[in-house]
Amino acid sequence: MTGDGAAADRTAGRSDRAGAAAIEIRRVRKVFGSGQERAVVALDDVSLTIRDNEFFTLLGPSGCGKTTLLRLIAGFEQPTAGEILLFGSHLEHLPPHRRPVNTVFQQYALFPHMTVAENIGFGLMMQGRPKREIDETVRRMLALVRMDDLAGRRTDQLSGGQQQRVALARALAPHPKVLLLDEPLSALDLKLRKEMQIELKRLQHETGITFIFVTHDQEEALTMSDRIAVMSDGAILQVGTPREIYDHPARRFVADFIGEINILPAELLETREASGGASARVRLSSGQVRLARLPDGPVAAGRVNVAVRPEHAGLQPAGEGAALTGTLSNVVYFGTGTHYHLELDGPGGEGGRFVVELQNRLGAGADHAIGARLGILLTDGSLQVLCD
Amino acid sequence: MAAETASVPATSAPAETERLRLAKAAIRRGKLRTRWLLLSPALLTIVLVGLLPLSIILVYSFLEPGTYGGVRWVFSTDAYVQFLFERDLFEDTLTFNPAYLEIFWRSVELALLSTVGSLLIGFPTAYFIATRPPSRRNLWLFLITLPFWTNLLIRTFAMMLILRDEGVINIILMKLGLIDQPLVLIYTDGAVFLGLVYSYLPFMVLPIYAALEKLDFRLVEAAYDLYATRGKVLRHVILPVAKPGLVAGCILVFVPGLGAYITPELLGGGKSLMIGNMIAIQFGNSRNWPFGSAASLILMAIVLVALLVYVRYAGRRRGHG
Repeated sequence: MTGDGAAADRTAGRSDRAGAAAIEIRRVRKVFGSGQERAVVALDDVSLTIRDNEFFTLLGPSGCGKTTLLRLIAGFEQPTAGEILLFGSHLEHLPPHRRPVNTVFQQYALFPHMTVAENIGFGLMMQGRPKREIDETVRRMLALVRMDDLAGRRTDQLSGGQQQRVALARALAPHPKVLLLDEPLSALDLKLRKEMQIELKRLQHETGITFIFVTHDQEEALTMSDRIAVMSDGAILQVGTPREIYDHPARRFVADFIGEINILPAELLETREASGGASARVRLSSGQVRLARLPDGPVAAGRVNVAVRPEHAGLQPAGEGAALTGTLSNVVYFGTGTHYHLELDGPGGEGGRFVVELQNRLGAGADHAIGARLGILLTDGSLQVLCD
Repeated sequence: MAAETASVPATSAPAETERLRLAKAAIRRGKLRTRWLLLSPALLTIVLVGLLPLSIILVYSFLEPGTYGGVRWVFSTDAYVQFLFERDLFEDTLTFNPAYLEIFWRSVELALLSTVGSLLIGFPTAYFIATRPPSRRNLWLFLITLPFWTNLLIRTFAMMLILRDEGVINIILMKLGLIDQPLVLIYTDGAVFLGLVYSYLPFMVLPIYAALEKLDFRLVEAAYDLYATRGKVLRHVILPVAKPGLVAGCILVFVPGLGAYITPELLGGGKSLMIGNMIAIQFGNSRNWPFGSAASLILMAIVLVALLVYVRYAGRRRGHG
């Protein structure tokens, strides 16, 4: 954990101009239940800095602690240990109604006994703002989420997408310093979800409010986020921009969770610092040596795992200094590209499987027959060394 | 010959549809018969123990009282007149007499008070049960319904044992030396109030629980998140959502409370008369069945009007929302 915390600090330091820290999470721990057997550690010593005006995503499978972290920021749960700061001031002991953060809930949680306008104005009404100001803000919010003509509707007369918009408007109306979104798109169908992804990005841009978005959908995270924190088992494994997370996963879990990836055993030969980040020479099982990028974090000496994205690899004739060789076992065509599945050569035929993704070009047919022996082309830098 | 054979299918086709139509009608009749058969026990009960006695009461209220109880079959509106006016025996003039109205008013007051009392105790209780883990809610509900296992009469006698001069409360207070003389607890309006609240509390708790159980507690979280304090969450989210349950509970306590007989009889000691007791007296000692009947119908009318006003009000609110 300390390694990743340092990594997060380094990324934060690199782009100071992006703004001050909106949320700082310092060594937060959350345990549910009590007693030796029944206690469940939901968050274990988590540290994280979320910058002002940032679209930040907490990404991980269900039960990884991402929703718990969100609820700690909102104030629905109290941390067992650690500190949570909002623009430098402590939040830990404030109840939810005294925190200038608002939440968009997974199932929206719109008030069924109120109209759309009353729902949106609720937060302002509770703050005791004058009626004129409430009406004015509600009108502005309705325009912002493009629901102008539905102000008088009851919320149960709305479609899923409309309810989503009302929930967003309701949370944005009091102009919170940070907006928390708990898997808000998971109840929508695919087409609507794509629309709302763009819509959310637009809203974040227009309002300038820091968004903290929780999702288990890696594609959603990559599309929308300025930065992503990948979580697993109550810990943050890696924090970075979508490109950093996708191209340079530091951990096996991160690599596996986001997109498709090939993981190969290799031997670490020597490391070197360079301007584009630290790199190392690694020897693959075939004996070929390539230059691989080193992750931010401690790496074991000797035997390591390296990861290669299918689209970062290529095919070449067997031999001739190919990084790896194998037998073509399957060809999967999916429109924009084709996946070539290879059984790698290895000691006793146990080399494992490797997937190469090639772009499809108009007029070019599949030029490799199943059973063909092929070499895999790996250029320097297409490999990423993993911490574990 | 050829023409005849050709005509056979032509004539049989309408015959077929006719038969089909008859069969369908028979099935419909059969279904209708089954429906009435299934309904008949309920209808029979409603007619025999509901409408029939009510009709008798209605007829009796317009007759003259018999000397030894019962009625004389002479039409008269005296029973209704007697409710508001006193007929002078010698001059045959009517003077306004608010005695019965006062009894009615006291009954309404006591019933309203006990409704408010049960609401104040019942709502937190229902909220408590609804916020328990689902596995433990049934136990709490079972405890709430436990008093129903004993007859109301016996439960009221138990209340008497607690409240009377040598009752549990007085003995404890005297043993502690806090009082020398036993407090007058029983045979007061307070005792009747206590008895009514105790008797009808489950009718308040259960409908409120049913409403709160369906309440999505994420709504409560959402309200907290939107700067609502605890009190505002209660007022703006929990109470509006639980309103149908609150109204049902209030009706279920107010209506039987208004016509209560056993509780005011035993705990009020005849000193504080309620409508129920007053009506019972007309059929008993006073031997004025028509007046008892008229009072019963007036009580029913009050309840009906109150419910209609509520339904109209609630309906309008929904239409607006």
